Amino acid sequence: MESLGELFTYFLQNLINALQRGSFYAVISIGYSMVYGVLMLFNFAHGDIFMVGTYIGFGIATLLLAAFASILPGWTIFIGTVVITMFLASWIGVFVEVAGYRPLRSAPRASAAITGLMIGIIFETGILIMLGAKRLSFPPLMESVTYNIGGVFLTNVKVMIIIISLLLMIALQFFIQKTKWGMAMRAMSYDFLAVPLMGVSINIIAPLTFAIGAGLASVSGILYGQAYPILDPYMGVIIGWKAFVAAILGGRGSIKGAALAGYLLGFIEIFVATIFPSTLRDLIAYSIILLILTYRPRGFFGMEHSTKLRL
Amino acid sequence: MTALLNVNQMTHYFGGLRAVHNYNLSINPKQITGLIGPNGAGKTTIFNLITGVYTPTEGAITLSGENIKGLETNEIASKGLGRTFQNLALWRHMNVLDHIKMAHYSQLSYGLLGAFFNTPACRRQESEVEENAYRLLELFDIKQYAFDIITSLPYGAQRRVEMARAMATNPKILFLDEPTAGMTPDELIQMIKIIRQVHQDFNVAIFLIEHRMKFVMELCEFIQTLVFGEVIAEGEPEEIQNNPEVIEAYLGKEDLT
Repeated sequence: MESLGELFTYFLQNLINALQRGSFYAVISIGYSMVYGVLMLFNFAHGDIFMVGTYIGFGIATLLLAAFASILPGWTIFIGTVVITMFLASWIGVFVEVAGYRPLRSAPRASAAITGLMIGIIFETGILIMLGAKRLSFPPLMESVTYNIGGVFLTNVKVMIIIISLLLMIALQFFIQKTKWGMAMRAMSYDFLAVPLMGVSINIIAPLTFAIGAGLASVSGILYGQAYPILDPYMGVIIGWKAFVAAILGGRGSIKGAALAGYLLGFIEIFVATIFPSTLRDLIAYSIILLILTYRPRGFFGMEHSTKLRL
Repeated sequence: MTALLNVNQMTHYFGGLRAVHNYNLSINPKQITGLIGPNGAGKTTIFNLITGVYTPTEGAITLSGENIKGLETNEIASKGLGRTFQNLALWRHMNVLDHIKMAHYSQLSYGLLGAFFNTPACRRQESEVEENAYRLLELFDIKQYAFDIITSLPYGAQRRVEMARAMATNPKILFLDEPTAGMTPDELIQMIKIIRQVHQDFNVAIFLIEHRMKFVMELCEFIQTLVFGEVIAEGEPEEIQNNPEVIEAYLGKEDLT
Protein backbone atom coordinates (compact mmCIF):
# COMPACT_ATOMS: atom_id res chain seq x y z
CA MET A 1 0.00 0.00 0.00
CA GLU A 2 1.38 3.32 -1.01
CA SER A 3 1.48 6.09 1.52
CA LEU A 4 -0.93 8.98 1.22
CA GLY A 5 1.91 11.34 0.35
CA GLU A 6 3.02 9.20 -2.54
CA LEU A 7 -0.53 8.96 -3.82
CA PHE A 8 -0.81 12.73 -3.72
CA THR A 9 2.44 13.19 -5.66
CA TYR A 10 1.18 10.66 -8.19
CA PHE A 11 -2.05 12.66 -8.49
CA LEU A 12 -0.19 15.94 -8.97
CA GLN A 13 2.02 14.40 -11.64
CA ASN A 14 -1.04 13.28 -13.58
CA LEU A 15 -2.73 16.61 -13.03
CA ILE A 16 0.16 18.35 -14.81
CA ASN A 17 -0.03 15.88 -17.67
CA ALA A 18 -3.79 16.33 -17.87
CA LEU A 19 -3.41 20.10 -17.97
CA GLN A 20 -0.97 19.83 -20.84
CA ARG A 21 -3.19 17.51 -22.85
CA GLY A 22 -6.29 19.54 -22.00
CA SER A 23 -4.55 22.72 -23.23
CA PHE A 24 -4.34 21.29 -26.75
CA TYR A 25 -7.96 20.18 -26.79
CA ALA A 26 -9.17 23.45 -25.29
CA VAL A 27 -7.39 25.77 -27.72
CA ILE A 28 -8.34 23.70 -30.77
CA SER A 29 -11.96 23.18 -29.77
CA ILE A 30 -12.42 26.94 -29.37
CA GLY A 31 -11.97 27.16 -33.14
CA TYR A 32 -14.90 24.81 -33.67
CA SER A 33 -17.10 26.68 -31.25
CA MET A 34 -16.38 30.15 -32.58
CA VAL A 35 -17.21 29.17 -36.14
CA TYR A 36 -20.36 27.42 -34.99
CA GLY A 37 -21.42 30.47 -33.05
CA VAL A 38 -21.10 32.76 -36.03
CA LEU A 39 -22.15 30.61 -38.98
CA MET A 40 -23.98 27.71 -37.30
CA LEU A 41 -21.79 25.13 -38.98
CA PHE A 42 -19.03 22.89 -37.74
CA ASN A 43 -15.86 23.41 -39.70
CA PHE A 44 -14.79 19.79 -40.05
CA ALA A 45 -11.58 20.91 -41.73
CA HIS A 46 -10.43 22.41 -38.44
CA GLY A 47 -8.34 19.40 -37.39
CA ASP A 48 -6.51 19.60 -40.70
CA ILE A 49 -6.11 23.34 -40.37
CA PHE A 50 -4.35 22.50 -37.10
CA MET A 51 -2.16 20.07 -39.06
CA VAL A 52 -1.32 22.62 -41.76
CA GLY A 53 -0.62 25.19 -39.03
CA THR A 54 1.82 22.77 -37.39
CA TYR A 55 3.60 22.27 -40.72
CA ILE A 56 3.80 26.03 -41.23
CA GLY A 57 5.21 26.31 -37.72
CA PHE A 58 7.70 23.58 -38.56
CA GLY A 59 8.79 25.43 -41.71
CA ILE A 60 9.15 28.80 -39.96
CA ALA A 61 10.96 27.28 -36.98
CA THR A 62 13.40 25.46 -39.26
CA LEU A 63 14.04 28.60 -41.29
CA LEU A 64 14.51 30.85 -38.27
CA LEU A 65 16.76 28.34 -36.54
CA ALA A 66 18.92 28.00 -39.64
CA ALA A 67 19.21 31.74 -40.07
CA PHE A 68 19.39 33.12 -36.55
CA ALA A 69 20.24 30.31 -34.11
CA SER A 70 23.81 31.52 -33.76
CA ILE A 71 22.93 35.20 -33.39
CA LEU A 72 19.70 35.45 -31.41
CA PRO A 73 18.69 33.92 -28.08
CA GLY A 74 16.31 30.96 -28.23
CA TRP A 75 13.26 32.70 -26.84
CA THR A 76 13.23 35.32 -29.60
CA ILE A 77 13.20 32.53 -32.19
CA PHE A 78 10.33 30.91 -30.34
CA ILE A 79 8.30 34.13 -30.25
CA GLY A 80 9.17 34.83 -33.89
CA THR A 81 7.95 31.38 -34.88
CA VAL A 82 4.69 31.81 -32.98
CA VAL A 83 3.92 35.25 -34.38
CA ILE A 84 4.78 34.49 -38.02
CA THR A 85 3.03 31.11 -37.95
CA MET A 86 -0.08 32.61 -36.41
CA PHE A 87 -0.19 35.26 -39.10
CA LEU A 88 0.30 32.83 -41.99
CA ALA A 89 -2.05 30.18 -40.60
CA SER A 90 -4.84 32.70 -40.11
CA TRP A 91 -4.80 33.21 -43.88
CA ILE A 92 -5.41 29.49 -44.28
CA GLY A 93 -8.52 30.04 -42.18
CA VAL A 94 -9.59 32.96 -44.35
CA PHE A 95 -9.00 30.87 -47.47
CA VAL A 96 -11.14 28.01 -46.15
CA GLU A 97 -13.98 30.40 -45.41
CA VAL A 98 -13.86 32.31 -48.67
CA ALA A 99 -13.25 29.40 -51.02
CA GLY A 100 -15.01 26.60 -49.16
CA TYR A 101 -17.89 27.91 -47.13
CA ARG A 102 -18.91 31.28 -48.52
CA PRO A 103 -20.45 29.88 -51.73
CA LEU A 104 -22.49 27.53 -49.54
CA ARG A 105 -23.78 30.06 -47.07
CA SER A 106 -27.41 29.53 -47.93
CA ALA A 107 -27.02 25.83 -48.78
CA PRO A 108 -28.19 23.15 -46.34
CA ARG A 109 -25.81 22.71 -43.42
CA ALA A 110 -25.09 19.12 -44.48
CA SER A 111 -23.47 20.37 -47.71
CA ALA A 112 -21.19 22.60 -45.69
CA ALA A 113 -20.23 19.71 -43.41
CA ILE A 114 -19.30 17.57 -46.42
CA THR A 115 -17.27 20.46 -47.84
CA GLY A 116 -15.39 20.66 -44.55
CA LEU A 117 -14.47 16.99 -44.65
CA MET A 118 -13.39 17.39 -48.26
CA ILE A 119 -11.18 20.41 -47.54
CA GLY A 120 -9.57 18.32 -44.81
CA ILE A 121 -8.77 15.54 -47.28
CA ILE A 122 -7.38 18.08 -49.76
CA PHE A 123 -5.05 19.45 -47.07
CA GLU A 124 -3.90 15.97 -46.05
CA THR A 125 -3.14 14.81 -49.57
CA GLY A 126 -1.68 18.20 -50.47
CA ILE A 127 0.88 17.94 -47.69
CA LEU A 128 1.48 14.31 -48.63
CA ILE A 129 2.23 15.26 -52.24
CA MET A 130 4.40 18.24 -51.35
CA LEU A 131 6.44 16.75 -48.52
CA GLY A 132 6.07 13.03 -49.00
CA ALA A 133 4.92 10.41 -46.51
CA LYS A 134 8.07 10.65 -44.45
CA ARG A 135 7.48 11.72 -40.89
CA LEU A 136 9.22 14.95 -40.01
CA SER A 137 10.38 15.89 -36.58
CA PHE A 138 9.69 19.30 -35.11
CA PRO A 139 12.89 21.04 -34.05
CA PRO A 140 12.98 21.80 -30.32
CA LEU A 141 12.69 25.56 -29.80
CA MET A 142 14.01 25.46 -26.26
CA GLU A 143 16.29 23.28 -24.26
CA SER A 144 14.24 20.97 -22.13
CA VAL A 145 14.87 21.36 -18.41
CA THR A 146 13.29 19.06 -15.86
CA TYR A 147 12.47 20.30 -12.38
CA ASN A 148 11.76 17.98 -9.49
CA ILE A 149 9.38 19.65 -7.06
CA GLY A 150 8.75 17.30 -4.15
CA GLY A 151 8.67 14.24 -6.38
CA VAL A 152 6.55 15.87 -9.12
CA PHE A 153 8.47 16.12 -12.36
CA LEU A 154 7.91 19.26 -14.38
CA THR A 155 9.56 20.18 -17.64
CA ASN A 156 9.80 23.78 -18.75
CA VAL A 157 8.10 22.73 -22.01
CA LYS A 158 5.03 21.52 -20.13
CA VAL A 159 4.83 24.68 -18.07
CA MET A 160 5.20 26.78 -21.21
CA ILE A 161 2.46 24.86 -23.03
CA ILE A 162 0.04 25.34 -20.17
CA ILE A 163 0.84 29.02 -19.69
CA ILE A 164 0.80 30.00 -23.37
CA SER A 165 -2.50 28.21 -23.89
CA LEU A 166 -4.01 30.07 -20.96
CA LEU A 167 -2.64 33.38 -22.23
CA LEU A 168 -4.16 32.74 -25.67
CA MET A 169 -7.54 32.08 -24.12
CA ILE A 170 -7.36 35.19 -21.98
CA ALA A 171 -6.43 37.29 -25.02
CA LEU A 172 -9.33 35.78 -26.94
CA GLN A 173 -11.69 36.52 -24.07
CA PHE A 174 -10.57 40.14 -24.17
CA PHE A 175 -11.09 40.27 -27.93
CA ILE A 176 -14.59 38.76 -27.67
CA GLN A 177 -15.71 40.99 -24.81
CA LYS A 178 -14.13 44.31 -25.66
CA THR A 179 -13.65 44.84 -29.37
CA LYS A 180 -16.33 45.63 -31.93
CA TRP A 181 -15.63 42.44 -33.90
CA GLY A 182 -15.86 40.35 -30.77
CA MET A 183 -19.18 41.93 -29.92
CA ALA A 184 -20.41 41.24 -33.43
CA MET A 185 -19.38 37.59 -33.06
CA ARG A 186 -21.23 37.29 -29.79
CA ALA A 187 -24.27 38.97 -31.27
CA MET A 188 -24.21 36.65 -34.28
CA SER A 189 -24.43 33.63 -32.04
CA TYR A 190 -27.65 34.91 -30.48
CA ASP A 191 -29.42 36.36 -33.46
CA PHE A 192 -28.33 36.35 -37.01
CA LEU A 193 -30.84 38.75 -38.57
CA ALA A 194 -30.22 41.88 -36.62
CA VAL A 195 -26.42 41.95 -36.89
CA PRO A 196 -26.17 43.09 -40.56
CA LEU A 197 -28.66 45.84 -39.70
CA MET A 198 -26.01 47.34 -37.46
CA GLY A 199 -23.84 47.79 -40.55
CA VAL A 200 -21.83 44.66 -39.80
CA SER A 201 -20.75 42.69 -42.84
CA ILE A 202 -20.83 38.92 -42.44
CA ASN A 203 -18.12 38.82 -45.09
CA ILE A 204 -15.78 40.47 -42.58
CA ILE A 205 -16.86 38.68 -39.42
CA ALA A 206 -16.93 35.15 -40.87
CA PRO A 207 -13.38 35.11 -42.29
CA LEU A 208 -12.11 36.84 -39.15
CA THR A 209 -13.63 34.07 -37.06
CA PHE A 210 -11.96 31.42 -39.20
CA ALA A 211 -8.68 33.32 -39.04
CA ILE A 212 -8.72 33.42 -35.24
CA GLY A 213 -9.60 29.73 -35.03
CA ALA A 214 -6.78 28.83 -37.41
CA GLY A 215 -4.29 31.13 -35.69
CA LEU A 216 -5.04 29.57 -32.31
CA ALA A 217 -4.82 26.06 -33.76
CA SER A 218 -1.45 26.80 -35.33
CA VAL A 219 0.06 27.99 -32.04
CA SER A 220 -1.37 24.88 -30.45
CA GLY A 221 0.38 22.99 -33.24
CA ILE A 222 3.76 24.53 -32.44
CA LEU A 223 3.28 23.67 -28.77
CA TYR A 224 2.17 20.17 -29.76
CA GLY A 225 5.35 19.89 -31.82
CA GLN A 226 7.38 20.69 -28.70
CA ALA A 227 5.64 18.00 -26.67
CA TYR A 228 5.32 15.32 -29.37
CA PRO A 229 7.84 16.29 -32.05
CA ILE A 230 6.56 14.06 -34.86
CA LEU A 231 4.65 15.51 -37.80
CA ASP A 232 2.62 13.52 -40.25
CA PRO A 233 -0.17 14.59 -42.60
CA TYR A 234 -2.84 12.75 -40.61
CA MET A 235 -1.88 14.13 -37.21
CA GLY A 236 -4.86 16.51 -37.27
CA VAL A 237 -7.51 13.85 -37.69
CA ILE A 238 -7.69 12.28 -34.25
CA ILE A 239 -6.94 15.45 -32.31
CA GLY A 240 -9.44 17.33 -34.49
CA TRP A 241 -12.21 14.87 -33.73
CA LYS A 242 -11.39 14.93 -30.04
CA ALA A 243 -11.49 18.72 -30.01
CA PHE A 244 -14.81 18.52 -31.85
CA VAL A 245 -16.11 16.26 -29.07
CA ALA A 246 -14.96 18.91 -26.59
CA ALA A 247 -16.82 21.61 -28.52
CA ILE A 248 -20.02 19.54 -28.38
CA LEU A 249 -19.53 18.72 -24.72
CA GLY A 250 -18.97 22.39 -23.90
CA GLY A 251 -22.15 23.38 -25.70
CA ARG A 252 -22.37 24.34 -29.34
CA GLY A 253 -21.15 27.87 -29.89
CA SER A 254 -19.90 28.42 -26.34
CA ILE A 255 -16.23 29.41 -26.19
CA LYS A 256 -16.11 29.14 -22.42
CA GLY A 257 -17.70 25.70 -22.67
CA ALA A 258 -15.26 24.51 -25.32
CA ALA A 259 -12.26 25.53 -23.22
CA LEU A 260 -13.66 23.89 -20.11
CA ALA A 261 -14.63 20.71 -21.91
CA GLY A 262 -11.19 20.59 -23.55
CA TYR A 263 -9.55 20.48 -20.15
CA LEU A 264 -12.11 18.00 -18.85
CA LEU A 265 -11.34 15.75 -21.80
CA GLY A 266 -7.64 15.94 -20.97
CA PHE A 267 -8.35 15.03 -17.35
CA ILE A 268 -10.62 12.13 -18.19
CA GLU A 269 -8.15 10.68 -20.69
CA ILE A 270 -5.16 10.92 -18.37
CA PHE A 271 -6.90 9.66 -15.26
CA VAL A 272 -8.63 6.82 -17.07
CA ALA A 273 -5.19 5.73 -18.25
CA THR A 274 -3.88 5.70 -14.70
CA ILE A 275 -6.57 3.25 -13.58
CA PHE A 276 -7.24 1.12 -16.65
CA PRO A 277 -4.86 -0.33 -19.25
CA SER A 278 -3.92 2.42 -21.67
CA THR A 279 -5.25 0.48 -24.67
CA LEU A 280 -8.73 0.96 -23.23
CA ARG A 281 -8.18 4.65 -22.60
CA ASP A 282 -10.22 6.16 -25.43
CA LEU A 283 -12.96 3.56 -25.16
CA ILE A 284 -13.59 4.33 -21.51
CA ALA A 285 -12.93 8.08 -21.74
CA TYR A 286 -15.39 8.57 -24.56
CA SER A 287 -17.98 6.31 -23.00
CA ILE A 288 -17.95 8.69 -20.06
CA ILE A 289 -18.47 11.65 -22.43
CA LEU A 290 -21.30 9.77 -24.15
CA LEU A 291 -22.92 9.25 -20.78
CA ILE A 292 -22.64 12.95 -19.92
CA LEU A 293 -24.15 13.94 -23.27
CA THR A 294 -26.99 11.46 -22.84
CA TYR A 295 -28.12 13.35 -19.77
CA ARG A 296 -27.19 16.80 -21.03
CA PRO A 297 -27.41 16.79 -24.82
CA ARG A 298 -26.84 20.52 -25.16
CA GLY A 299 -23.53 20.34 -23.31
CA PHE A 300 -22.36 22.57 -20.48
CA PHE A 301 -23.23 26.02 -21.80
CA GLY A 302 -25.16 25.30 -24.99
CA MET A 303 -28.33 27.15 -25.83
CA GLU A 304 -31.53 25.38 -26.60
CA HIS A 305 -31.67 25.18 -30.31
CA SER A 306 -34.99 26.91 -30.75
CA THR A 307 -33.68 30.20 -29.43
CA LYS A 308 -31.45 30.70 -32.40
CA LEU A 309 -32.97 32.45 -35.35
CA ARG A 310 -31.74 31.75 -38.81
CA LEU A 311 -33.11 32.34 -42.27
CA MET B 1 -39.15 67.92 -52.38
CA THR B 2 -37.49 64.68 -53.38
CA ALA B 3 -38.53 61.54 -51.59
CA LEU B 4 -36.16 59.98 -49.05
CA LEU B 5 -37.22 56.44 -49.81
CA ASN B 6 -38.70 55.53 -53.14
CA VAL B 7 -39.99 52.11 -54.17
CA ASN B 8 -41.13 51.74 -57.75
CA GLN B 9 -43.17 48.85 -59.16
CA MET B 10 -41.72 46.26 -56.80
CA THR B 11 -42.84 42.67 -57.37
CA HIS B 12 -41.57 39.59 -55.61
CA TYR B 13 -42.14 35.90 -56.13
CA PHE B 14 -41.39 33.07 -53.69
CA GLY B 15 -41.15 30.26 -56.24
CA GLY B 16 -44.52 30.39 -57.97
CA LEU B 17 -46.18 32.44 -55.26
CA ARG B 18 -46.52 36.14 -55.95
CA ALA B 19 -46.03 37.67 -52.51
CA VAL B 20 -45.91 41.33 -53.51
CA HIS B 21 -47.28 42.86 -56.69
CA ASN B 22 -46.50 46.26 -58.24
CA TYR B 23 -45.82 47.90 -54.92
CA ASN B 24 -45.07 51.63 -54.90
CA LEU B 25 -43.99 53.72 -51.96
CA SER B 26 -42.64 57.19 -51.49
CA ILE B 27 -41.62 58.51 -48.09
CA ASN B 28 -40.44 62.08 -47.61
CA PRO B 29 -37.91 63.08 -44.96
CA LYS B 30 -39.56 63.24 -41.51
CA GLN B 31 -42.79 61.66 -42.75
CA ILE B 32 -44.50 58.93 -40.72
CA THR B 33 -46.12 56.33 -42.94
CA GLY B 34 -48.12 53.30 -41.84
CA LEU B 35 -48.60 49.96 -43.55
CA ILE B 36 -51.70 48.05 -42.48
CA GLY B 37 -53.38 44.92 -43.72
CA PRO B 38 -54.64 41.52 -42.59
CA ASN B 39 -52.31 38.71 -41.54
CA GLY B 40 -50.33 37.22 -44.40
CA ALA B 41 -50.83 40.26 -46.65
CA GLY B 42 -47.09 40.56 -47.18
CA LYS B 43 -46.27 43.49 -44.89
CA THR B 44 -43.19 41.97 -43.31
CA THR B 45 -42.12 40.69 -46.75
CA ILE B 46 -42.11 44.29 -47.96
CA PHE B 47 -39.90 45.22 -45.01
CA ASN B 48 -37.56 42.35 -45.82
CA LEU B 49 -37.43 43.34 -49.50
CA ILE B 50 -36.54 46.95 -48.79
CA THR B 51 -34.02 46.13 -46.05
CA GLY B 52 -32.21 43.64 -48.27
CA VAL B 53 -33.08 40.38 -46.52
CA TYR B 54 -34.56 39.33 -49.87
CA THR B 55 -33.86 40.90 -53.25
CA PRO B 56 -37.06 41.79 -55.12
CA THR B 57 -37.73 39.96 -58.38
CA GLU B 58 -38.65 43.21 -60.14
CA GLY B 59 -38.73 46.91 -59.38
CA ALA B 60 -36.46 49.67 -58.17
CA ILE B 61 -35.68 50.93 -54.67
CA THR B 62 -33.78 54.12 -53.92
CA LEU B 63 -32.76 55.70 -50.64
CA SER B 64 -31.77 59.40 -50.84
CA GLY B 65 -31.65 58.97 -54.60
CA GLU B 66 -29.19 56.06 -54.50
CA ASN B 67 -30.12 52.60 -55.65
CA ILE B 68 -30.26 50.09 -52.79
CA LYS B 69 -31.84 47.15 -54.58
CA GLY B 70 -29.56 44.13 -54.60
CA LEU B 71 -27.23 45.49 -51.91
CA GLU B 72 -26.40 43.50 -48.79
CA THR B 73 -28.40 44.26 -45.64
CA ASN B 74 -25.36 45.78 -43.93
CA GLU B 75 -24.72 48.10 -46.89
CA ILE B 76 -28.33 49.26 -46.90
CA ALA B 77 -28.19 49.75 -43.13
CA SER B 78 -25.12 51.93 -43.37
CA LYS B 79 -26.84 54.10 -45.96
CA GLY B 80 -29.26 55.12 -43.25
CA LEU B 81 -31.95 52.51 -42.74
CA GLY B 82 -32.74 51.20 -39.26
CA ARG B 83 -35.21 48.48 -38.38
CA THR B 84 -36.91 46.62 -35.55
CA PHE B 85 -38.54 43.20 -35.77
CA GLN B 86 -41.99 41.86 -35.05
CA ASN B 87 -40.64 39.12 -32.76
CA LEU B 88 -37.76 41.06 -31.23
CA ALA B 89 -34.36 40.17 -32.66
CA LEU B 90 -32.34 40.84 -29.52
CA TRP B 91 -29.18 39.10 -28.36
CA ARG B 92 -29.88 36.85 -25.38
CA HIS B 93 -27.17 36.90 -22.71
CA MET B 94 -25.88 40.28 -23.83
CA ASN B 95 -26.58 43.21 -21.57
CA VAL B 96 -28.51 46.29 -22.62
CA LEU B 97 -25.48 48.56 -22.84
CA ASP B 98 -23.67 46.07 -25.10
CA HIS B 99 -26.67 46.04 -27.42
CA ILE B 100 -26.44 49.77 -27.90
CA LYS B 101 -22.64 49.74 -28.16
CA MET B 102 -22.80 47.03 -30.80
CA ALA B 103 -25.08 49.22 -32.86
CA HIS B 104 -22.29 51.79 -33.08
CA TYR B 105 -20.17 49.27 -35.00
CA SER B 106 -19.89 51.41 -38.14
CA GLN B 107 -18.90 54.44 -36.09
CA LEU B 108 -15.92 52.60 -34.61
CA SER B 109 -13.24 52.88 -37.25
CA TYR B 110 -10.27 51.47 -35.36
CA GLY B 111 -8.37 48.57 -36.94
CA LEU B 112 -7.06 45.30 -35.53
CA LEU B 113 -3.70 46.80 -34.63
CA GLY B 114 -5.35 49.76 -32.94
CA ALA B 115 -7.39 47.39 -30.82
CA PHE B 116 -4.37 45.21 -30.06
CA PHE B 117 -2.27 48.11 -28.78
CA ASN B 118 -5.31 49.90 -27.31
CA THR B 119 -4.21 53.19 -28.88
CA PRO B 120 -5.52 56.55 -27.59
CA ALA B 121 -7.59 56.95 -30.78
CA CYS B 122 -9.22 53.59 -30.14
CA ARG B 123 -9.94 54.45 -26.50
CA ARG B 124 -11.37 57.84 -27.46
CA GLN B 125 -13.75 56.26 -29.95
CA GLU B 126 -14.87 53.71 -27.39
CA SER B 127 -15.59 56.37 -24.79
CA GLU B 128 -17.50 58.50 -27.29
CA VAL B 129 -19.63 55.52 -28.16
CA GLU B 130 -20.26 54.78 -24.52
CA GLU B 131 -21.35 58.35 -23.91
CA ASN B 132 -23.72 58.26 -26.85
CA ALA B 133 -25.05 54.89 -25.71
CA TYR B 134 -25.93 56.28 -22.28
CA ARG B 135 -27.69 59.21 -23.90
CA LEU B 136 -29.86 56.81 -25.88
CA LEU B 137 -30.53 54.66 -22.82
CA GLU B 138 -31.80 57.71 -21.03
CA LEU B 139 -33.95 58.84 -23.92
CA PHE B 140 -35.64 55.44 -24.15
CA ASP B 141 -36.03 55.17 -20.39
CA ILE B 142 -33.93 52.00 -20.09
CA LYS B 143 -30.90 53.42 -18.32
CA GLN B 144 -31.74 51.57 -15.12
CA TYR B 145 -31.33 48.28 -17.03
CA ALA B 146 -27.92 49.14 -18.59
CA PHE B 147 -26.10 46.15 -17.10
CA ASP B 148 -29.01 43.71 -17.05
CA ILE B 149 -29.17 40.76 -19.40
CA ILE B 150 -31.76 41.46 -22.05
CA THR B 151 -34.02 38.49 -21.24
CA SER B 152 -34.53 39.70 -17.68
CA LEU B 153 -36.24 42.91 -18.85
CA PRO B 154 -40.00 43.43 -19.03
CA TYR B 155 -41.39 43.02 -22.52
CA GLY B 156 -42.09 46.67 -23.13
CA ALA B 157 -38.55 47.58 -22.11
CA GLN B 158 -37.14 44.98 -24.52
CA ARG B 159 -39.05 46.67 -27.33
CA ARG B 160 -37.56 50.00 -26.32
CA VAL B 161 -34.06 48.49 -26.30
CA GLU B 162 -34.61 47.25 -29.84
CA MET B 163 -35.68 50.71 -30.91
CA ALA B 164 -32.78 52.38 -29.14
CA ARG B 165 -30.46 49.94 -30.89
CA ALA B 166 -31.94 50.85 -34.26
CA MET B 167 -31.55 54.56 -33.51
CA ALA B 168 -27.91 54.12 -32.50
CA THR B 169 -27.04 53.41 -36.13
CA ASN B 170 -28.12 57.00 -36.95
CA PRO B 171 -30.77 56.11 -39.52
CA LYS B 172 -32.52 58.57 -41.81
CA ILE B 173 -35.50 56.28 -41.89
CA LEU B 174 -36.67 53.86 -39.25
CA PHE B 175 -38.71 50.73 -40.03
CA LEU B 176 -40.84 49.49 -37.15
CA ASP B 177 -42.45 46.06 -37.50
CA GLU B 178 -45.45 46.00 -35.16
CA PRO B 179 -43.83 48.08 -32.42
CA THR B 180 -46.74 47.52 -30.04
CA ALA B 181 -47.29 43.79 -30.56
CA GLY B 182 -48.06 42.16 -27.23
CA MET B 183 -48.03 45.43 -25.29
CA THR B 184 -50.37 46.42 -22.50
CA PRO B 185 -52.46 49.58 -23.02
CA ASP B 186 -50.12 51.51 -20.70
CA GLU B 187 -47.06 50.40 -22.62
CA LEU B 188 -48.84 51.32 -25.85
CA ILE B 189 -49.35 54.89 -24.71
CA GLN B 190 -45.71 55.09 -23.65
CA MET B 191 -44.68 53.75 -27.07
CA ILE B 192 -46.66 56.43 -28.89
CA LYS B 193 -44.91 59.03 -26.77
CA ILE B 194 -41.48 57.55 -27.46
CA ILE B 195 -42.04 57.33 -31.22
CA ARG B 196 -43.18 60.97 -31.27
CA GLN B 197 -40.10 61.98 -29.35
CA VAL B 198 -37.74 59.99 -31.55
CA HIS B 199 -39.38 61.50 -34.60
CA GLN B 200 -38.76 65.00 -33.28
CA ASP B 201 -35.33 64.59 -31.73
CA PHE B 202 -33.71 62.67 -34.56
CA ASN B 203 -35.49 64.19 -37.56
CA VAL B 204 -36.10 60.67 -38.77
CA ALA B 205 -38.72 59.38 -41.19
CA ILE B 206 -40.68 56.37 -39.94
CA PHE B 207 -42.32 53.50 -41.79
CA LEU B 208 -44.33 51.23 -39.54
CA ILE B 209 -46.44 48.10 -39.69
CA GLU B 210 -49.23 48.01 -37.15
CA HIS B 211 -52.47 46.25 -36.38
CA ARG B 212 -53.84 48.57 -33.76
CA MET B 213 -55.88 51.22 -35.54
CA LYS B 214 -55.74 53.65 -32.67
CA PHE B 215 -51.98 53.66 -32.85
CA VAL B 216 -51.82 54.05 -36.62
CA MET B 217 -54.45 56.80 -36.74
CA GLU B 218 -52.74 58.67 -33.97
CA LEU B 219 -49.25 58.65 -35.45
CA CYS B 220 -49.31 58.31 -39.22
CA GLU B 221 -49.63 61.06 -41.80
CA PHE B 222 -50.09 58.60 -44.63
CA ILE B 223 -51.38 55.04 -44.63
CA GLN B 224 -51.25 52.18 -47.11
CA THR B 225 -53.51 49.14 -46.91
CA LEU B 226 -52.06 45.92 -48.23
CA VAL B 227 -54.16 42.84 -49.10
CA PHE B 228 -52.66 39.76 -50.74
CA GLY B 229 -49.50 41.66 -51.69
CA GLU B 230 -51.29 44.55 -53.38
CA VAL B 231 -52.08 48.01 -52.11
CA ILE B 232 -55.86 48.39 -52.21
CA ALA B 233 -56.07 51.83 -50.68
CA GLU B 234 -53.74 54.60 -49.60
CA GLY B 235 -54.17 58.07 -48.25
CA GLU B 236 -54.55 60.10 -45.09
CA PRO B 237 -55.84 58.40 -41.94
CA GLU B 238 -59.41 59.72 -42.27
CA GLU B 239 -59.73 58.54 -45.85
CA ILE B 240 -58.49 55.07 -44.98
CA GLN B 241 -60.67 54.76 -41.92
CA ASN B 242 -63.80 55.28 -43.97
CA ASN B 243 -62.72 53.45 -47.11
CA PRO B 244 -65.22 50.61 -47.75
CA GLU B 245 -62.55 48.34 -49.26
CA VAL B 246 -60.37 48.63 -46.18
CA ILE B 247 -63.30 47.93 -43.90
CA GLU B 248 -64.14 44.93 -46.03
CA ALA B 249 -60.59 43.59 -45.90
CA TYR B 250 -60.58 43.79 -42.13
CA LEU B 251 -64.17 42.98 -41.24
CA GLY B 252 -65.58 41.16 -44.26
CA LYS B 253 -68.44 42.13 -46.58
CA GLU B 254 -71.63 43.47 -45.05
CA ASP B 255 -74.01 41.13 -46.81
CA LEU B 256 -72.11 38.08 -45.62
CA THR B 257 -72.62 38.85 -41.95
